[in-house]
Amino acid sequence: MTIRQPGLDTSPPVSDEVRRTTCYMCACRCGINVHLTSGKVSYIEGNRDHPVNKGVLCAKGASGIRQITAPSRLRAPLRRVGPRGSGAFEEISWDEALELAVSWMKPLRDTAPEKLAFFTGRDQSQSLTGWWAQMFGTPNYAAHGGFCSVNMAAAGIYTIGGSFWEFGQPDWDRTKLFVMFGVAEDHDSNPIKIGLGKLKARGARVIGVNPIRTGYNAVADDWLGITPGTDGLLILAVIHCLLEAGKVDLDYLAQWTNSAFLLDETDGPTRGLFVRNAESQPFVIDRRTGMPASWDARGVQPDLGAVWQGHRTVFRHLAERYLSPDHAPEAVADRVGIPARRIRELAAELARVAFDEAIVLDQPWTDFRGTVHPAMVGRPVSFHAMRGISAHSNGFQTARALHLLQILLGTVEVPGGYRMKPPYPKPMEAHPTPHFDAVPGKPLSGPHLGYVRGPDQLALKPDGTAARIDKAFSWENPFSAHGMMHMVIPNAHAGDPYRIDTLFLYMANMAWNSSMNTAAVMQMLTDRDGDGEYVIPRIIYSDAYASEMVAYADLILPDTTYVERHDCISLLDRPISEPGAAGDAIRWPVVEPDRDVRGFQSVLIDLGVRLGLPGFTDADGKAMYRDYAEYIAMHQRKPGVGPLMGFRGAGEAVGRGAPNPDQIAAYIANGGFFQAHVPPEASYFKPWNAAYQDWAVEMGFFESPQPYLFSVYAEPMRRFQLAAEGHGHVQPPDALRARIKLAMDPLPVWYAPFGDDAATGFPLHALTQRPMAMYHSWGSQNSWLRQIQGHNSLYLPTTVWQQHGFADGDWARVTSPSGMIEVPVAHMAALNENTVWTWNAIGKRRGAWGLAPDAPEAVKGFLLNHLISELLPEKGDGMRWSNSDPVTGQAAWFDLRVKVERLGPRDQTLPSFPVIGAGGTKEDRWT
Amino acid sequence: MTRLPSHTDRKLGLVIDLDTCVGCHACVTACKGWNDQGYGVPLSDQDAYGADPSGTFLNRVHSYEVQPQEGAAQIINFPRSCLHCEDAPCVTVCPTGASYKRVEDGIVLVNESACIGCGLCAWACPYGARELDAEAGVMKKCTLCVDRIYNENLPEEDREPACVRTCPTGARHFGDLGDPDSDVSRLVAAREGFALMPELRTRPVNRYLPPRRKDAREDVSLLAPLLDLEARGFAAWLDRMLGKMG
Repeated sequence: MTIRQPGLDTSPPVSDEVRRTTCYMCACRCGINVHLTSGKVSYIEGNRDHPVNKGVLCAKGASGIRQITAPSRLRAPLRRVGPRGSGAFEEISWDEALELAVSWMKPLRDTAPEKLAFFTGRDQSQSLTGWWAQMFGTPNYAAHGGFCSVNMAAAGIYTIGGSFWEFGQPDWDRTKLFVMFGVAEDHDSNPIKIGLGKLKARGARVIGVNPIRTGYNAVADDWLGITPGTDGLLILAVIHCLLEAGKVDLDYLAQWTNSAFLLDETDGPTRGLFVRNAESQPFVIDRRTGMPASWDARGVQPDLGAVWQGHRTVFRHLAERYLSPDHAPEAVADRVGIPARRIRELAAELARVAFDEAIVLDQPWTDFRGTVHPAMVGRPVSFHAMRGISAHSNGFQTARALHLLQILLGTVEVPGGYRMKPPYPKPMEAHPTPHFDAVPGKPLSGPHLGYVRGPDQLALKPDGTAARIDKAFSWENPFSAHGMMHMVIPNAHAGDPYRIDTLFLYMANMAWNSSMNTAAVMQMLTDRDGDGEYVIPRIIYSDAYASEMVAYADLILPDTTYVERHDCISLLDRPISEPGAAGDAIRWPVVEPDRDVRGFQSVLIDLGVRLGLPGFTDADGKAMYRDYAEYIAMHQRKPGVGPLMGFRGAGEAVGRGAPNPDQIAAYIANGGFFQAHVPPEASYFKPWNAAYQDWAVEMGFFESPQPYLFSVYAEPMRRFQLAAEGHGHVQPPDALRARIKLAMDPLPVWYAPFGDDAATGFPLHALTQRPMAMYHSWGSQNSWLRQIQGHNSLYLPTTVWQQHGFADGDWARVTSPSGMIEVPVAHMAALNENTVWTWNAIGKRRGAWGLAPDAPEAVKGFLLNHLISELLPEKGDGMRWSNSDPVTGQAAWFDLRVKVERLGPRDQTLPSFPVIGAGGTKEDRWT
Repeated sequence: MTRLPSHTDRKLGLVIDLDTCVGCHACVTACKGWNDQGYGVPLSDQDAYGADPSGTFLNRVHSYEVQPQEGAAQIINFPRSCLHCEDAPCVTVCPTGASYKRVEDGIVLVNESACIGCGLCAWACPYGARELDAEAGVMKKCTLCVDRIYNENLPEEDREPACVRTCPTGARHFGDLGDPDSDVSRLVAAREGFALMPELRTRPVNRYLPPRRKDAREDVSLLAPLLDLEARGFAAWLDRMLGKMG
């Protein structure tokens, strides 16, 4: 008997049209194919041609279709009509909104530009937002890096001239052993997954160092469940083992790092600085002659062991330090939570793969000294690290330690190792220094953010107080290269260092998950002076969605969703380069907004015109750019160099070339992105590779070749120590001297996280991780993704679970030195035994994000933020000590220490806040 | 009762690598996105922004914690969807003939126009792979993207299930498991792929590749010190060390 099957059309039409743009559901910037049917978005998939994701797409990206129709989308400009925090607004026209903003901002520009503070949470158009703030003249500008991962970025720049994630990645195709430290399931998402997939497909080995064994760490072949905040101790112990056994790449250290520089041992203001020659250049001792020689001289063989006139090399100093028994695995195992033998095994594995399994590419290259190398020799060990090590008050030094480990193994910029992405490598010296002098009616003299070389470049006023509202680049955190957004509201509220007038924020959920001590921040935003005015008088906020922050602003400038606007993923800020190719990209309106909303960047340009800012208006006061799209194509940061590198001039020029009015159309035709490939002979050893340096100049990254040596020893840090020791005319406050001496050590050092000081009685470390199917708060009310993860639990390790007699369904009271929450708990065995953790940013405030007030995100979801203070506990010295890394100011989220108490089942997480209105129009809201 | 074919020309199915799956849910929403606008009625959501959101998904990922006898606990991420069984109990239980297994490729499908939403097939499926769409009242399940894999409107490289195309780690593979020389069959052979709960005699087509052994560091020889540092001092260490340079 035959079986009758129903007829089936297996070739149905897929859609009317595919438009290729760039995803915005997290920070990866994957290429997406947006399918349109009858003018509406019907399906989103990855773009196979795109360099970031090569066709794949994550859970968030594929759910973007639900972001476009979310009820939480803001619909029109709003002016606050009730008290702050009430969410009572009236809709106004764009003209009214923009004129209101100008009426607040213009007088500030004319009299005291620093009274405008402009901070952006989402920071992928920094080259525009920073330029705007610079033209306005306020020193108070930054993006969110200060509470995200500035430790990772700054430690990388100060050490190797690049960093993990955006500035580089493992050589996924060639590495044989991959070790990740503190990597949760973001930063970056698809590229790491694609890379792990490659390693798994060829059976390469993966080691995960993380207190929590989920996600990437769950598929790691080996897991080291480290105690939070001790990664630096572990890394330095591994370095100890490598040195003890002589398993370091001496040739690499001698040729490509400052290990052979001599350190001044004369007591006085130059102690610990490099010994310099008559031309003020550090030099090396040439092994061939025993005499001083220029570090970049042709054929020079730097002597790592030299002693010259009593001055010893960096290598001698570092070897002595890390060979000390203090750094032996046996001395640190208890604190690290990993047995000494396993630390020694890790060192042995790294050494074996790096040195016994070296790989050779048959590719000649020439270095900056003119030496021709017949082949590229690689050490196939690679590392990646992220917030798990950087969000501690010792994170900068820990990230430096990891770079030192990579350097000692000779694995940076070699085949199989860690590779940088153009425009990186870029040494600290090639970055600007901070600019901060506010002059009424004038632009700032240069970009806000930069890399300080010494105390002279701190952002201090003549009286020694901080020039910036966030106190970035002050003695409290000299290298705060990304600013310190998490300190803006507390400092503005405290009037320390001064009061501001208008706080202007873009996509920054400071009234919720982007602030430490959330409840207190809400209070700061609503506090009034004696005269009844708000302490922070005016708040302007732009967002696409009704986030918690919306309710705390006075004026809302509603943004579009990511498929409705132009964007620029630029080499001037955060491009999408790969190690083998520079890359940039655009977004463009693949559908038109159905609401009275405007892309924020176009609004910013409009404001620039209305304020008459230079750079936005010509000599006659006329607008230079109609909107962001025209700015992207026509703006020039320096002659021939603009936001996009591709299709310049008449369409043929790459990197440098005249502005091309048809550039965006050319990008759209090319799939929304452009790549310029690094020549094969330039693909590794980039900082020292003459062919790469020439290519970088041709591309417009540099005006001249910039070869440099890796900073095993970070001399700028030593300058701060010298100041703390009393040398120099710019002196730190006495209260900070000891801390500066400790934290600004020019060789990587480990010290206990500052949270430990107040940790007596709080035995557990508490962490968060970002789930793979959710990202920040930027639209995480997505109707598909919230079905995957609509609430969170606090995961407790087995020892804690048993010791307190927890049972399924229980809740716990969790207390830190500064706060208390009540939350649901769950047992997890694959967890460091002194650590509890939860998923980040799942918890929402009732009424926000277009969700029902009894949504699980608000009833059972929670934040750890309530337990974390932006200030460390008062030390009896009357000072406000920021809960941040003392080098960079990075928010020390993961220094958190807690204790837990068992509760029975509960109905509502605590703290719980009143329902807020959220700005959408009635018909779209849950009511 | 609905009859199963005695033989199918091919056995199309998925091979899912549990050693590689990081549990990211990319396959879950790619599947939802494609099938919301693909074969049959959309995959509806109820109370999408409310207190108890729930919707129809054809593919879900579950994460399990495993405590081995010795060593640290592990997490296994386990994607779950229809296994396109050769002896599919969901087909034989169907009272209307709506559920059927295709002769040409072995895909188990629901003919929605004949489905009465009785739910018997979901009860019969031991893997929990079918979901009754609450809005449409018809049974939904993985179609192996039957409207993609032969679709001449798609570029050839895209003629694979949406979950496979999107998987960032490449943990999902699609092919003919009836052909011993196919890539998927070779992969199953090489990695000792297994069928889910074979004791139930449903003869699933899909295969899972087991996680590789974790936390195994046999034969790591520790590094030998260059010399006894404490006895001979730093200068001797440095001499020995730098003597290694050419």
